[in-house]
Amino acid sequence: MNDLYRELIIDHYKNPQYRGILEPNDISFEDENPLCGDHIRIDLRLDENGKVKEAMFDGHGCAISQASADLLIESIQGKSLDDVKALAKEDVLDLLGIELGPVRLKCALLPLKVLKAGVYGLGQADDDLVE
Amino acid sequence: MTTLPASVQTYDVIRIRDDFPILKREVHPGIPLVYLDSTATSQKPAAVIEAIDTFYRHTNANIHRGVHTLAEEATAAYESARQRVAEFIGAPSARQVIFTRNATESINLVAFTWARANLKAGDVIVLTEMEHHSNLVPWQILAAERNIRLEFIPVTPAGLLDLAEYLRLLELKPRLVSFTQMSNVLGTINPAKEIIHLAHQAGAITLVDAAQSVPHFPVDVPSLGADFLVFSAHKMCGPTGIGVLYGRKDLLESMPPFLGGGDMIKGVQLRSFRPNEIPYKFEAGTPAVAEAIGFGAAVDYLKSVGMEAIAAHEREIVSYAMERLEEVPEVSIFGGTHHERGGVISFTFAGVHPHDISQILDSVGIAIRAGHHCAMPLHEKFGLPATARASFYLYSTTQEVDKLVEGLYKVKKIFG
Repeated sequence: MNDLYRELIIDHYKNPQYRGILEPNDISFEDENPLCGDHIRIDLRLDENGKVKEAMFDGHGCAISQASADLLIESIQGKSLDDVKALAKEDVLDLLGIELGPVRLKCALLPLKVLKAGVYGLGQADDDLVE
Repeated sequence: MTTLPASVQTYDVIRIRDDFPILKREVHPGIPLVYLDSTATSQKPAAVIEAIDTFYRHTNANIHRGVHTLAEEATAAYESARQRVAEFIGAPSARQVIFTRNATESINLVAFTWARANLKAGDVIVLTEMEHHSNLVPWQILAAERNIRLEFIPVTPAGLLDLAEYLRLLELKPRLVSFTQMSNVLGTINPAKEIIHLAHQAGAITLVDAAQSVPHFPVDVPSLGADFLVFSAHKMCGPTGIGVLYGRKDLLESMPPFLGGGDMIKGVQLRSFRPNEIPYKFEAGTPAVAEAIGFGAAVDYLKSVGMEAIAAHEREIVSYAMERLEEVPEVSIFGGTHHERGGVISFTFAGVHPHDISQILDSVGIAIRAGHHCAMPLHEKFGLPATARASFYLYSTTQEVDKLVEGLYKVKKIFG
């Protein structure tokens, strides 16, 4: 419990560095988690080499989902889309530095799910993307 | 001579019987239970009963929504059960395992969603004459509503599917072939892999009613190639009220939802909703959480005994039973004797109605089933209003078969 709301998470929740919308953008995707009503939208702009030039997230929801989004967006700046595709559940958990049960895991992984669904150009996000 | 796996050689039915508390009870004073009705429902090992008991005593909470400890634990236990059930049938992903109430509901789910979204007037569905009502009536309802044509693979007097006739039916380019992997009346084990392969060549989707197969022998979904496969927990040492629809991922994802409500949605507005991902899309409302956990314990238990070992044990019991029943001249066994048969024997007794057989057998503690076993068309085809059915499982013994035969001599004596 103490760990769950460690300073890092509260910080990113209250003062996100990458909250906003990019219009126009090269990739944009949004989805929600029915648990807390978390909603995440992620926009990417790519450079001429197909790397992430700018990335932003928007949405609302619990501290875990929003902090996870902010940390995730921070971590992908300048990365290639292949690097983004290779991101897994463990990478997000490492960023957050907390352990989560199955219910809250869905909150934490929503941003990664949205990001990967967007990068893969899928019509819908699903759990296989983050397993 | 083939070498049997170690688990088969060391099969200790007495020790297995110890795991099932109900097998220790007496049916009448001084008369122990001889349970030969496992095809209707199996008995439950203590491990399953305790898993459910422990859930209600220690963990009970609703799943997927709450963020408190009990909700987290209940969710983890429910999803872990799904994972173990998926592994039990070799499903590539647990997300392809939808929890339903039972095999019947699973078939209805496919009929209401996949079939209604994909079939139109004049389309053909191929079934067989040996189907349980659960794999007939949902399609009859659909056929009447949509003007869909139902065709049936005939059953031969030996109790086998007429595969030559099946090939002719495939020329009608059916959209769906839905059949039982093992008959609950004849005990016939159908060549599911071949039936599916031929169906796919003809462009049909396949549904396997595995209610009698998954509990009794190893079933590996990828090697079968089934598009849909259904079964019930209660026939495989698990609780009632929970079953499985396994489906090909692309099919499940493209299917419209079945029941509407909580958990099956991603978002809801006053006039619209967005459906959730699979498997949740098909699990509206609070599911059978305790039952799922009991189901998980049941597959763990079956795995610990070994499905190969269980199948070998049943083969031994059923061939002993066939032999012993042939000693009773009044007994006629329904279906053939020469083909591969699961642990089910349906029979008639000259001059005695199956209900009377069952009543007399009950007086000596033997539980068998009497009736049409939810397969009226099959009985009608062979001119039988009803049969008596003895069925076996991992805990059945040759001594119980001996008691059955003794009981049948009592029937003979009473009806003279």
